[in-house]
Amino acid sequence: MAPRTTSRNKDLVKGIGQFSRGKMYHKRGLWAIKEKNGGSFPRHEPQAKAEKPAEKPPKYYPADDIKVSSRAPRKHNPTKLRSSITPGTVLILLAGRFMGRRVVFLKQLPSGLLLITGPFKINGVPLRRVNQAYVIGTSTKVDISGVNVDQFTDKLFAKEKERRKKKTEGEFFEAAKEEKKVIPQERKDEQKGVDDPLLKAIDAVTDLRAYLGTRFTLKDGMKPHELKF
Amino acid sequence: MPFQRYVEIGRVALVNYGKDYGKLVVIVDVIDQNRALIDAPDMVRGQINFKRLSLTDFKIDIPRIPKKSKLIAALDAADVKNKWEKSSWGRKLIVQKKRASLNDFDRFKVMLAKIKRGHSIRRELSQLKKSASKSDP
Repeated sequence: MAPRTTSRNKDLVKGIGQFSRGKMYHKRGLWAIKEKNGGSFPRHEPQAKAEKPAEKPPKYYPADDIKVSSRAPRKHNPTKLRSSITPGTVLILLAGRFMGRRVVFLKQLPSGLLLITGPFKINGVPLRRVNQAYVIGTSTKVDISGVNVDQFTDKLFAKEKERRKKKTEGEFFEAAKEEKKVIPQERKDEQKGVDDPLLKAIDAVTDLRAYLGTRFTLKDGMKPHELKF
Repeated sequence: MPFQRYVEIGRVALVNYGKDYGKLVVIVDVIDQNRALIDAPDMVRGQINFKRLSLTDFKIDIPRIPKKSKLIAALDAADVKNKWEKSSWGRKLIVQKKRASLNDFDRFKVMLAKIKRGHSIRRELSQLKKSASKSDP
């Protein structure tokens, strides 16, 4: 039987119950417990603490005062993942240059950001991090059991530090000679390693590939607050 | 055709406002010019303003304020539920409810189906046009 959540002593008027204190004491049956245990409530005996070894006085005292930091060490508070987002969920991106894209959620990184992929071949969204605030979680799920995402951490997405090159005088004047950004082969391999099994799982569901390939837009008469995603 | 839908005992109506919104109810008594007593198999009998009711074509045969069991029997005898779901009004409401419950992927699939339907209609139409122009030049 579930424990009672309401009082048996219902209010006649506010603050005055139906039963007196003594009557309620009787009704609650606490006296029966007391009687059974020899006049007092049963309780656990406090466990005996292990005896501490005697502390020796220090051999010397420091000459200078040591500053005690008054700040408590900061606790890392991990971001709570929204309940609608689980690994394999199709997300709709709401901001940025991939706005409106439907992408697949892979996992949450230690920083709290979401690791997503397009897959790249379908809609051009690479492996990418995104804050869950800029995302709508849909009820559509993709089977990502075949995808291994253990190797991905926040470090992978850290920006490479730009090294300043010393310019010779000649180069100084022919400025604005931009070097073309080349995507390293390893990033391409990582993308492929994730997307290949994912594409297989996507093709197993009819129309899912076309679904991920199109952008989400609001059309006439669509009320976003009433839509089910 | 003269006016057919009257407020009368046994008239089936649709609630269009409030917490019973969308429920099909039966008028079991008329309280005054503004209010009716309504009842349905899965609700407690109560009063409601006529402004909150939309009358339907259906009328069942009941006495004034029948017992719940008699009301249910009368509703079954008149087959109101099935008739309602087959009427164009009832079907429209069912479709609306279904459309509202679709998720994003389902809406996308509906869009694909609509495109497909348009294609087949246009193809059929062009073929008909072709055959018509051949037969009478």
